[in-house]
Amino acid sequence: MWKWLHPYANPEVSYHFVGKLLPWISKITILLLAIGMIWALVFAPADYQQGDSFRIFYIHVPTAILSMSIYVAMASAAFCSLVWQFKLADASAAAMAPVGAVITAIALFTGAAWGKPMWGTWWIWDARLTSELVLLFLYLGVIALHNAFEDKNLAGKAAGILSLVGVVNIPIIKYSVEWWNTLHQGATVSKMEAPSMSMDMFLPFIFSFLGIAMLVTFVICIRFRTEILARNGMRPWVRNLITAEGVK
Amino acid sequence: MQFDSISAFFDMGGYAFFVWLSYGVSALLLTLLVYTSLNNHKNVKNKIAQRLLREKKLRKAAQKQSADQDNSVVENPSKNTNEAVS
Repeated sequence: MWKWLHPYANPEVSYHFVGKLLPWISKITILLLAIGMIWALVFAPADYQQGDSFRIFYIHVPTAILSMSIYVAMASAAFCSLVWQFKLADASAAAMAPVGAVITAIALFTGAAWGKPMWGTWWIWDARLTSELVLLFLYLGVIALHNAFEDKNLAGKAAGILSLVGVVNIPIIKYSVEWWNTLHQGATVSKMEAPSMSMDMFLPFIFSFLGIAMLVTFVICIRFRTEILARNGMRPWVRNLITAEGVK
Repeated sequence: MQFDSISAFFDMGGYAFFVWLSYGVSALLLTLLVYTSLNNHKNVKNKIAQRLLREKKLRKAAQKQSADQDNSVVENPSKNTNEAVS
């Protein structure tokens, strides 16, 4: 059943496959981001209570959701790498960590810039904000471990164990607004239920979410290819590829 | 269109600072992320290319050296035999 997947465990096949996808991913990213951002900034209605400060929602919520999704993806890759020793899973985990860190930083920053006018404070040590900050530190720890060892396999193992332990933080972030009293509001957008917002606010959200998600995919693909090259620099196919492209 | 004029758009209903700060910092961070990732890819490729060049040079030097040694071996036999005779 999974036989069709096997060739992609080969670094060379994966490198070229992702390389073929990249131009399409970049085009879709630009299209979705442009629609999403213009719709969010210009055409979406202002909130009846929060006015136009509500437009921060269109960056804050997508990045906050993605910060957790990327972490789960990274931890799953780390799990596959630790259990079945898939070399490429480790490369993809290493590719995802810096992207996740930047997305988490954006979620935290836009949250602060939204909190100041709405709550009256940039930061408060409540459950949602603190657990999201811990997520940023987990990402930074994983990045540091990936770079701490000359031997990439050893580094991948150490970083993988940290990312697996850190998974415990994900449900804490997700349910923090229900488990504890917090300034942060509950979920507006959820997978399972109809969104508790009007369609002319929700549709631009869908576009900005998909746009940022595609941008994340784009960057992860680039970094994934870089990781493959860096880890396979001695292989004949990499030598041939580099010789064919020449020195720039 | 939610805004009556360009200036109303930039004013963001009085929340200009916070809205544009959020969008600006996010755009800056994402641009930096894309730029460093592309740059990183190029750097890794260049590093491998440089290593290949160095290996090629070393190989050439080694070939030249062994060729010189071969020549010296060809020139020397008479000397060796002389020594053996004496």
